[in-house]
Amino acid sequence: MPTLNQYLLVAGLLFAIGLTGVVLRRNIIVVFMCLELMLSAANLTLVAFSRFQPNAAGLPDIHGQMLVFFVITVAAAEVAVGLAIIVALYRSRQTIYTDELTVLKG
Amino acid sequence: MNIAWYLLLLPLLIAAVNHLLFSKQHTIASLLSTASAIVTFGIAVSLLGSTASPESYSWIRVGSWSLDIGIALDPLSTGMMIVVTGVGMLVHLFSLAYMKDDSAKARFFTGLSLFMFSMTGIVLANNFIMTFVFWELVGLSSYLLIGHWYQKDSAADASKKAFLTNRIGDFGFMIGILLLWNITGTFSFAEMKLPEGLATGALVAALLCIFCGAVGKSAQLPLHVWLPDAMEGPTPVSALIHAATMVAAGVYMLFRVQVSLGVDCFANDAGTVISWIGGITSLVAALMATQQDDIKRILAYSTLSQLGYMVMTVGLGAGDAGMFHLFTHAWFKALLFLGSGAVIFACHHEQDIWKMGGLLKKMPITGITFFLGYAALIAVPFVTSGFWSKEEILSAAYHHNKALFWIAVFVAFLTTFYMTRLFVVAFLGKTKSDHADHAHEVGPLMYVPLVILAVMALFSASKLGGLDIAAKLSAIRPEAQHHDSLVLIASISTLVLGLLCGFVLYRGKTKDPLSMALFRERFYIDRLYDNYLVRYFQDAFAAIVHFFDELLINGLLVGGFTRCVQGLGLLVRRTQSGNLQTYAVFLGAGVLLVIYLVVF
Repeated sequence: MPTLNQYLLVAGLLFAIGLTGVVLRRNIIVVFMCLELMLSAANLTLVAFSRFQPNAAGLPDIHGQMLVFFVITVAAAEVAVGLAIIVALYRSRQTIYTDELTVLKG
Repeated sequence: MNIAWYLLLLPLLIAAVNHLLFSKQHTIASLLSTASAIVTFGIAVSLLGSTASPESYSWIRVGSWSLDIGIALDPLSTGMMIVVTGVGMLVHLFSLAYMKDDSAKARFFTGLSLFMFSMTGIVLANNFIMTFVFWELVGLSSYLLIGHWYQKDSAADASKKAFLTNRIGDFGFMIGILLLWNITGTFSFAEMKLPEGLATGALVAALLCIFCGAVGKSAQLPLHVWLPDAMEGPTPVSALIHAATMVAAGVYMLFRVQVSLGVDCFANDAGTVISWIGGITSLVAALMATQQDDIKRILAYSTLSQLGYMVMTVGLGAGDAGMFHLFTHAWFKALLFLGSGAVIFACHHEQDIWKMGGLLKKMPITGITFFLGYAALIAVPFVTSGFWSKEEILSAAYHHNKALFWIAVFVAFLTTFYMTRLFVVAFLGKTKSDHADHAHEVGPLMYVPLVILAVMALFSASKLGGLDIAAKLSAIRPEAQHHDSLVLIASISTLVLGLLCGFVLYRGKTKDPLSMALFRERFYIDRLYDNYLVRYFQDAFAAIVHFFDELLINGLLVGGFTRCVQGLGLLVRRTQSGNLQTYAVFLGAGVLLVIYLVVF
């Protein structure tokens, strides 16, 4: 069975990949997906900690897993809103590439 | 409240009402102003000779020293008020017709009312500070009225010139008032008297500084340049302000000082300077008048010359003769100006006398009244008022200073000469242009004031219905002048000589047979001022001010601050890249920073 550190390493990698995607990719849908990836990394960390820190009865700490469910639920809602925004954006600007969306440039 | 206060405040009230309520209702405004002029004339007549000055109001009180706003009623001020309100009333009536079609009639009449208020203030003031305040106010109203047709550049320039030239004189005037206050310890005319053992130098300095005010307002050399230019204003204004009343204020004020300080206050160097400036002004202005072609300019230079006469007599210590001349001159000069206004009106705003001619036949009433004014100005013996007052002046000069007497006699000759030139060219002979050909008599609203003024031009020196204003004006006399036969002979012979020269030279001529550039160009004084004084003083000063304004105020202070803010903004706006991912990086960095700060 993998150790806690291995889990955390994978989660860190996932988070780094997500962050890199958010910062570097120009397609806003990919950026959005990378954002989801970062959330998954956080979820993985939470579940790992919950698994490796059992309570007095020897069962996993339920609080961490509860939080993960909430995160997934909120993320689902967020995806719905985010995709709607992206569709609306495409309708109005005919593009989803971030370097072409520079109206707020000072 | 004493009735004298109404005399002072009514025109101000009317001016305010006109300006605030009726600035678009031209007819109402003009009628209101005229009504106020008539009422004030009535009050002035009822006050004539009164010496019961009303209670004054305290204005400023500092410790034991106080400054009042008060009215001084005495023969001098009440007599002068007859001139101011009388001429004022007739000019208002005349203006009703003359300015009939003007697009800013209400503004014009508001200006006239403001002027009447200011002029009344000068005449009735019982202390020097009040005089000074109203002195500036007449300057302002004169500025407004000269610039009535401000759309014309020449009128706008003339009003500025008049105002600035007057300011130069007024600066000296202010210093003079303070110097005199230092000497006498009071501003009030009634309490003023010279202390014992006073150094003559101090008095001379104070009087000469005060005289500066008169030099500006009464347009004496070297500040005379504004008056001829002031003829750009409407002709009724020229008649009222620049012939009869305001320009005489300097003489009035000097005489007021003479009355307050005692007859002998000008018996020193100050008197000599004043009388010579007056004498030279009268000579120079008369010479200039001989070569002018504009009917109003001729009259303007004539006014200058007559004012020179008056100032001269004040300097000679015979201010009563000057006041007498001021009184008679006001009527016939107003008559001449209004007459010229009627002529200009009839000739469709033609002012060149060489384009008139034959007007006596075309407009007989104007022509005859103008002729009577002309007769009074050249002092036709015994029948005109001008003769008596000019005689007083000549004999005053004869008794005090022979050189000035001969100058005055020569000026009398020149006066006859240039006025004959004006009359012969403009009113006799054949018409010289279409405008003059189409001229016809003006309406009754214009010729009635002319007729009244013509009556005054003949009889103002004699007892008018027991009023005898002239005697009241000169009630304070140093000694009874006994007339010399030489004076009479001199004045009559100059008259005959001037008439002869004028008629012989100008009868039937269509252009000027004499051509003297020096006189026509006004001794090059205006050009001298323009080319040297204006360029080197005014423009240099303007350049310095401009430098400060542009570099210090605009460049460093105002501009500097804006450039600072602008630079900062330029720097900061680079962060606003408009790129989503840059913001994401900033956000990430911010979160890291917060974590770092919180955790470590």
